Amino acid sequence: MSDHIVSAFTDELDKLAADILRMGGIVETMILDASAAVDGNDLDLAREVVARDPEVDQLEAEIERQIVSLIARRQPMAHDLRAVFAALKVVGELERIGDLSKNIAKRTQRLDKIVGPAMRRGIVRMASPVSRQLNMVLDAYATGNAAAAKAVWEGDDDIDQHYNSLFREMLTYMIEDPRTIGAGAHMLFIAKNLERIGDHCTNIAEFVYFQATGDNLLSTERPKTPQIDG
Amino acid sequence: MESTVTSAPPATSPGTQANEPERLTFPRIECRDINVFYGDKQAIFDISLPIPDRSVTALIGPSGCGKSTFLRCLNRMNDTIESCRVEGQIIMDGENINDAAIDPVLLRSRVGMVFQKPNPFPKSIYDNISYGPRIHGLAASREDLDGMVEKSLRRAGLWEEVKDRLTAPANSLSGGQQQRLCIARAIAVQPEVILMDEPCSALDPVATARIEELIDELRKRYCIVIVTHSMQQAARVSQRTAFFHLGILVEMGETDQIFTNPRERRTEDYITGRFG
Repeated sequence: MSDHIVSAFTDELDKLAADILRMGGIVETMILDASAAVDGNDLDLAREVVARDPEVDQLEAEIERQIVSLIARRQPMAHDLRAVFAALKVVGELERIGDLSKNIAKRTQRLDKIVGPAMRRGIVRMASPVSRQLNMVLDAYATGNAAAAKAVWEGDDDIDQHYNSLFREMLTYMIEDPRTIGAGAHMLFIAKNLERIGDHCTNIAEFVYFQATGDNLLSTERPKTPQIDG
Repeated sequence: MESTVTSAPPATSPGTQANEPERLTFPRIECRDINVFYGDKQAIFDISLPIPDRSVTALIGPSGCGKSTFLRCLNRMNDTIESCRVEGQIIMDGENINDAAIDPVLLRSRVGMVFQKPNPFPKSIYDNISYGPRIHGLAASREDLDGMVEKSLRRAGLWEEVKDRLTAPANSLSGGQQQRLCIARAIAVQPEVILMDEPCSALDPVATARIEELIDELRKRYCIVIVTHSMQQAARVSQRTAFFHLGILVEMGETDQIFTNPRERRTEDYITGRFG
């Protein structure tokens, strides 16, 4: 899209998108580091992830401030309006992803030696496609690519299946050895957090799609994963 | 009196588009293939535009895009320009207003107009309003005329401010009041359609807000067409928006759609401030 006659308007929209991508990059690393902390029982890394959350919250507040100011001063229309609206929604989703990652990191400290490497490896296996979803949806945001956003949106089904199989795996461990139940419950929350992060990625995909096309991705179109039977 | 001001929509309406909300399906004015020339120069190209009743249609576009010329077609104001020639049909109440049999003076009482700069007659407030009904023979008595003046001023939201000084000269009013007086003058002759050519561009934000509030009130009774340079104003006051560029109607649609998701690239570029 060509630039605005008032170039400062273009600059402000560009800065808004850049800040959102920067925030997205930070929370993407938080997901990966939190799951690596789970995998390696790395409590220092876990503390580092927790310590990064205030930065994310601050970025959110700063981006929201930019958005309010932009609406007040520029009165964006059409694609610009959708971009500003999408930015406001996406920033909230990213903040939630940051919180969930922080929560994963916090729970790492409760897993202790009880949770073996096999169980931990399941979390990493799930975290990898989740962070890839975030990475892809941020790419779609950066390029305004509606088709890429829709692909992310449709990809959430895989995450849900990951979660279901991880859920069943955890149950098996816990039934086998009741001493793992406490830590296993934390593991279940960790898996649930990853599943929720996947949902936030699909929400972001919806806003990217709306920004690019002006249309909504209808939630009814998305294939629904069968309920957990455990 | 009410029945002459408004006319009920026909039971069935030609040209109804199935996917549009009902309130927009009865065109008050149907413009078909309008071409306008100033001498050899063509200013408007093949514009067809239905204008719905009881709602506000905004015409937007850059200077020289033909929106004011188009507006002036709707009450044959272009007749007053020697070199100007209008082709095409503008159907109102089943008649083509461009037909030679139509009396433009009578037409202009049915299609009132408000201009950019308030242009009250250099007379009293009362005389400004009563002039139209008097020359069109709408009032049977002095009481009748007084009633019309009051009603018009009330509808224009001006009555409370001027009721105690109706004999004061109209040009003693503020700019915003003068513009509302001009609107009151236009509605005094019981028009069906009100045309507004940038009615707020000479007014401050408070007076502008008053006029916009008034437009919102008037649209319950009249078909209103407004030309405005302020996109925000078009977005605020209109239900339908038509975007003109270089004498062509580029896009027309519901105001919501035009300002959130225009279909045409040229519309997008214009309303987002990208027009080079």
